[in-house]
Amino acid sequence: MIATFWDENYELMPRQNLEKIQLNRLKKVLTRAYYNLPYYRQKIDQAGIDINDVQSLNDLRHLPFTTKQDLRNVYPFGAIAEPLKNIVRIHSSSGSTGRATVVGYTRNDIEIWSQLLARTLAGCGVTEQDTIQIAFGYGLFTGGLGVHYGAEKLGATVVPMSSGNTLRQIQILKDFQITVLCCTPSYALYLSEAAKENQIDWSQTAFRLGIFGAEPWSEEMRVEIEKKLPIQAFDIYGLSEVIGPGVAFECEFHQGLHISEDCFIPEIIDIQSGKPLPPGKSGELVFTTLTKEGTPLIRYRTGDISSLNYEECQCGRTIVRMERVTSRTDDMLIIRGVNVYPSQIESIILSFDGIEPYYQILISKENFLDKIEVEVEVSSEMFSDEIKVLETLRKNIEEKIKAELNLACSIKLIKPKSIIRSESKAKRVIDLRKKEGSL
Amino acid sequence: MKQISVFLENKPGSLHAVLAKLKEWSVNLRALSLADTADFGVLRFIVEKPEQLVERLRKENFTATLTEILVVGVEDRPGGLAHIVEILTSHDISIEYLYAFVSPQGQKAYVVMRVEDVQAASEILREAKASLLDEITI
Repeated sequence: MIATFWDENYELMPRQNLEKIQLNRLKKVLTRAYYNLPYYRQKIDQAGIDINDVQSLNDLRHLPFTTKQDLRNVYPFGAIAEPLKNIVRIHSSSGSTGRATVVGYTRNDIEIWSQLLARTLAGCGVTEQDTIQIAFGYGLFTGGLGVHYGAEKLGATVVPMSSGNTLRQIQILKDFQITVLCCTPSYALYLSEAAKENQIDWSQTAFRLGIFGAEPWSEEMRVEIEKKLPIQAFDIYGLSEVIGPGVAFECEFHQGLHISEDCFIPEIIDIQSGKPLPPGKSGELVFTTLTKEGTPLIRYRTGDISSLNYEECQCGRTIVRMERVTSRTDDMLIIRGVNVYPSQIESIILSFDGIEPYYQILISKENFLDKIEVEVEVSSEMFSDEIKVLETLRKNIEEKIKAELNLACSIKLIKPKSIIRSESKAKRVIDLRKKEGSL
Repeated sequence: MKQISVFLENKPGSLHAVLAKLKEWSVNLRALSLADTADFGVLRFIVEKPEQLVERLRKENFTATLTEILVVGVEDRPGGLAHIVEILTSHDISIEYLYAFVSPQGQKAYVVMRVEDVQAASEILREAKASLLDEITI
């Protein structure tokens, strides 16, 4: 086994000791939130809670949630708990699903964040011998700078490419003998296609590791990526409100993502009732930050769906593992009353041989009924001249979706490259129902 | 002999997109057929040097493939095609699809046939003295 612990003390800490530290930190962060964040103080007061009554980790469940909407409401600086003179950096979410959220980092926050990313990268097997190409966007998005500081902390050689300019990315990957690439999983696929078109011989490169995050992706997608690129692919998890990347990471066993519990307390709650769910149950992931000074968050609802596993991992880490996030509460589709996540459809499509990992789900209304159509690209490799072979493939996919998801959908075979390739987050669902409804 | 097949989406302009490329590259079609279903179509055609053309089409993001087919000369008289099909049927060889074209001089008709076992079918036809085309020149 490759021992790659950046911070053995915290990563391997017995749970009893860990919980003591967590409770201590929880009390502090709660005081900070209550006295420095008017929006959260109001929530606590309305709920009639005295923060001094929080005396165990179990009491956390009585505290009110923080939602993305809360943070949007106090745009721009209402979620920052320090005067700006103590804030050394500001990041902001893309605002792709509404008004942006803004987070501030103190000098101390940046230091801890860098440590967390060093821990993350080390956990994925990155060492100071590696040259890492960071193709996450640099800027207000936390991905680029977050990983950058962590990789420097670790001592790796950092190539800060930022996103886009794919041909240049490939050139650098080859010329600089890059060993680790960090980007979104959909960009990794995009890059693999461009590399193929440019006849890149992977044996001439030193490329060995891919660290992917910032969007949900399935296990089948990992298999596809590892087929197309000469790498082992690791999933990392984080979100800008909570800190950015560095919240959780996969170890070499790929059995869920280790959450850095000394800095974050995770909970899984029932999406409807908000009640905490026991380990192993799937629900919405909620985080309380334990060390953050700039933007502390109490019970922040991430919208990501996961479950928790407290068993010790084969790697020896004692910190809890979260199941990889493949869907979000807000991308759940309700089609004729059936609840479906796009990731479930993805898993089925990719289980068929010769299907490219590009698809688009189109939902519309026909005669007042929801209609779902999935466009799948037909590659030259799988294309058969015989119509019955194509028809059978189409029917088999439709039948598998019907059998596993209880969803009648029509599969439409389309030409390769007709689905727009994404250089950042892939857009896989087009819901035309909303537009029609609002007319 | 080899035929090129191209996948066509069922939407306006998809046939033209292929034909426009062939025109641009000055490719002359010797025979062609268009099969369609409710959702998509397959354009099949015969040209000189299909190997090169299929590569070019793929580079232009068309889904294209080469398929081994039989091209059989048929006497231009009633029952000419029936005779050929009869030979294959009597040997339990079924035909997936076929389409026909006439030689430029108009003396002979040809049928393009797709069967599962091209090798076996061509041996049978040769034995029966049917005229098989090995390449197309213009």
